[in-house]
Amino acid sequence: MGDARKLRLLVGKVGLDGHDRGAKIIARAFRDAGFEVIYTGLHQTPEQVVATAIQEDVDAVSLSILSGAHNYLFPRVIELLRERGGGDIAVFGGGIVPDEDIPGLVAAGVKAVFTPGVSTEAVVEWVRSNIPLRALG
Amino acid sequence: MSDGRPKGARGERPVAFTTVSDLPIERLYTEAELGPSFAPDAKLGRPGEFPYTRGIHPTMYRGRLWTMRQFAGFGSAEDTNARFRYLLEHGQTGLSTAFDLPTLMGRDSDDALARGEVGREGVAIDTLADMELLFGGIPLDRVSTSMTINAPAAVLFCMYLAVAEKQGVSFSALNGTLQNDILKEYIAQKEWIYPPRPSMRIITDMMAYCCEHVPKWNTISISGYHIREAGSTAVQELAFTLADGIAYVQAGIDAGLSVDDFAPRLSFFFNSHNDFFEEIAKLRAARRIWAHVMRDRFHAKSERSLMLRFHTQTAGCSLTAQQPLNNIARVTVQALAAVLGGTQSLHTDSYDEALALPSERAVTVALRTQQILAEESGVVNTVDPLGGSYFVEALTDRVERDALAYIERIDEMGGMIAAIERGFPQKEIADASYHYQRQVDRGEKTIVGVNRYAAEDDVKPEILKVGDEVERAQLRRLAAVRAKRDAARLDRDLEALRAAAVSGANLIPAILDCVRGYGSVQEISQALVPAFGTYQEVSVL
Repeated sequence: MGDARKLRLLVGKVGLDGHDRGAKIIARAFRDAGFEVIYTGLHQTPEQVVATAIQEDVDAVSLSILSGAHNYLFPRVIELLRERGGGDIAVFGGGIVPDEDIPGLVAAGVKAVFTPGVSTEAVVEWVRSNIPLRALG
Repeated sequence: MSDGRPKGARGERPVAFTTVSDLPIERLYTEAELGPSFAPDAKLGRPGEFPYTRGIHPTMYRGRLWTMRQFAGFGSAEDTNARFRYLLEHGQTGLSTAFDLPTLMGRDSDDALARGEVGREGVAIDTLADMELLFGGIPLDRVSTSMTINAPAAVLFCMYLAVAEKQGVSFSALNGTLQNDILKEYIAQKEWIYPPRPSMRIITDMMAYCCEHVPKWNTISISGYHIREAGSTAVQELAFTLADGIAYVQAGIDAGLSVDDFAPRLSFFFNSHNDFFEEIAKLRAARRIWAHVMRDRFHAKSERSLMLRFHTQTAGCSLTAQQPLNNIARVTVQALAAVLGGTQSLHTDSYDEALALPSERAVTVALRTQQILAEESGVVNTVDPLGGSYFVEALTDRVERDALAYIERIDEMGGMIAAIERGFPQKEIADASYHYQRQVDRGEKTIVGVNRYAAEDDVKPEILKVGDEVERAQLRRLAAVRAKRDAARLDRDLEALRAAAVSGANLIPAILDCVRGYGSVQEISQALVPAFGTYQEVSVL
């Protein structure tokens, strides 16, 4: 693309989980890296997150989940994005996710799952290499 | 030096000597660092005497060890009941209940937002039927029970009262603690229903009810734990927690209660993080500040009002998923800090908690850690063994001074509720947490096994999994309760509760009636929404 549009990322907290330390840190790190960041705030349903993602024309959705409900919430967000014409919006995320759950999430379409101990720089680098700007109509 | 790195300017290693919260630490502490104003009698007193810097009891752990209280709750009420009985059989002396997220948010298991979360991080409680199972076979007059519940605390408390009623135990025999600290929810933990001001009314109603009917119950556990877990510094944890405490005491007084009637039932809950001396200083400063606040600001007369009693939990956020057995060492250091800080009860985290809910094996190691400190290490033999250390006293002074400066700023804003409404503590914590994360990313703060000494062949322990069957079974049970209960009676009781919310009558008797009729957490919580409204956070990044 010719224009130098910035990458737009939605940082989302889905479900009832109120642990927003990680979401806020990653949102700031994305902002400091020069991305445009939209933070959903807490206690969003998958429907709300997807509606915001589509309305805001984001390039990717980054979910933070520490509640143990990742096996339900990640696939649900991906399913809703596909249903609502946002199937090309990448979904990745982080939180307390046991290693053995990660292959299932990847199979469901999650691009990457970052678990505790990963540096914010590593996540930013991964985004730069793996999240392309979407062609917006 | 053997590591080949350049020497520091004064023959020291070239690193920053700071606490985990970034307070600078000097090479040596002497009388000079204490300053000319340091008067041991006024600053420290004797243990059990004002300002309680050295502890709230003259004998401390020679008189009675701290209560070893491991937080537990997962899956169904039966699963948690089994864990409780296991812990009681293994020498634990108090119960501590973790509820699942839907319960914490005042949602029933069959609510749309509860999907995938039922019984996952704690036990799912919808109605009195679940509570009866949770405490089945446990005589409530012989245990002390701590319940970590906030927004719907009044409902869960009434369920506990109703179970006691069914066991034939009088309310005045009940011992325990309700977390019931809604202010730290807006600041850190983020599980709320109503806005701050009506939430404070529920709390003062509960304080008034307990003064009269459940006198041994600790009505609020004013919690710094979650503030710290959200990324605050030690000083912020201390300052915001005490400022919350000040708001509760003021609310009680404003509601017409006499300070010495309710203040003795307030207790505190702190985090114990990695920085050993900073944590000890924080806990000693906490007692000293609170004693002065209660005496000088609120004119409390009763000694019990002046004493800051607290529970401690080791810092969940300090645990690593990498090389998880290292967490046993971290927890030991943190637990020792809590003990040397004079805690009344303690939860030690399990080494696998950065991976999942703790397994039975990991919980046992955590409890054994406390038993080793209590019965092998010898640290319990004398009261406040660090009292009078130049360093510990200077650091206690420093932490106290910095916390008081924060409290003063919050007072200037009009108190903690006003500060929360403008996002002040939320922003301070977000800044501190980002600052710390950047330090870790740059290697300025070390996390062993993560940004130093990382290993490729990391062995993961076996972890506890909560399956989907818990959610399905809970939904079946809730449906069965709904089908069986007296719907007309419950409707009348819910209507009476709605009326009490409007009239200003004490809400607790009305909630208790709804609970006895098997009203659900969500039905009862929602009955207050027309009068109280709901809370939406303005997110600060």
